[in-house]
Amino acid sequence: MMEFLAMGGYAPYVWGSYLVMAGLLVVEMVQLRYRRRSLMGWLRRMARLTDQEAK
Amino acid sequence: MSERSIQWFRFTAPANFYDLAGRLVPWFAALTVALFAAGLYLGLVVAPPDYQQGDSYRIMYIHVPTAWMGMFLYVLMAIYAAIGLIWRIKMAEIMAKAIAPTGALMTFFALWTGALWGRPTWGVFWVWDARLTSMLILLFLYLGYMALHAAIDDRQRASNASAVLAMVGVVNVPIIYFSVQWWNTLHQGASITVTDAPTMATIMFVTLLIMTLAAWMYSIAVVLARARIEVLERERKASWVKERLEAET
Repeated sequence: MMEFLAMGGYAPYVWGSYLVMAGLLVVEMVQLRYRRRSLMGWLRRMARLTDQEAK
Repeated sequence: MSERSIQWFRFTAPANFYDLAGRLVPWFAALTVALFAAGLYLGLVVAPPDYQQGDSYRIMYIHVPTAWMGMFLYVLMAIYAAIGLIWRIKMAEIMAKAIAPTGALMTFFALWTGALWGRPTWGVFWVWDARLTSMLILLFLYLGYMALHAAIDDRQRASNASAVLAMVGVVNVPIIYFSVQWWNTLHQGASITVTDAPTMATIMFVTLLIMTLAAWMYSIAVVLARARIEVLERERKASWVKERLEAET
């Protein structure tokens, strides 16, 4: 296991590449989910407002 | 034949796109997870170290796919932008805009992993050679496209202006690809070409292929998900949006 993590002495370079990429991919997905959720919430509120005006 | 083309064009309608993309995203997401799991296992555990570069070469498994993705996505973005500009197809404009952030991210990954790979193999994180510089320009083109789109309030004008930028910038993609042949660069030439057999071990080649497919599946999933949000924003007053809102609660 330690040998795997050491990456033959290249640990900072290999893990620095893989972890930064993994982290930013997660950030992109979370950001999309958040953006979708807040947009859906806003659209629902607007729909409710126009429904009330119609009544 | 004519019936088919009518069917096909229906998917350029925002409501149909929204539904179809919604069904496709989970499949592409599942493929992404499966391919990344297989690719990471093969690339980090199974594949042997390189006889010259040791374990540092493993950066290749994310460096090369993300560099390819950055270039592919730019061409795709420019094609969608052109279609949107010429034929006024709303979905094409939306797709172009939805591709840009993921393309920029892929290009950034290529530069970042390239720097971390360059340090142990070349002794430097960065050199101003043709390949690296043209790749940096690709990142700036993506960022410029996004900034221009965001800077113009009128949606149609923003779409048109940024489409022109995307199309002009496409000239940079062949420059990136051929830079290693046209100029003396520190960067190595292509190990995988369409015409010749790859100059690397089979396990490495297969792993690289799997990681490339994973990057494709990820990009498709994320771009479709982003395009769905863009469609909702643009079409917020359309009756189909209200129907979907009620259906999804």
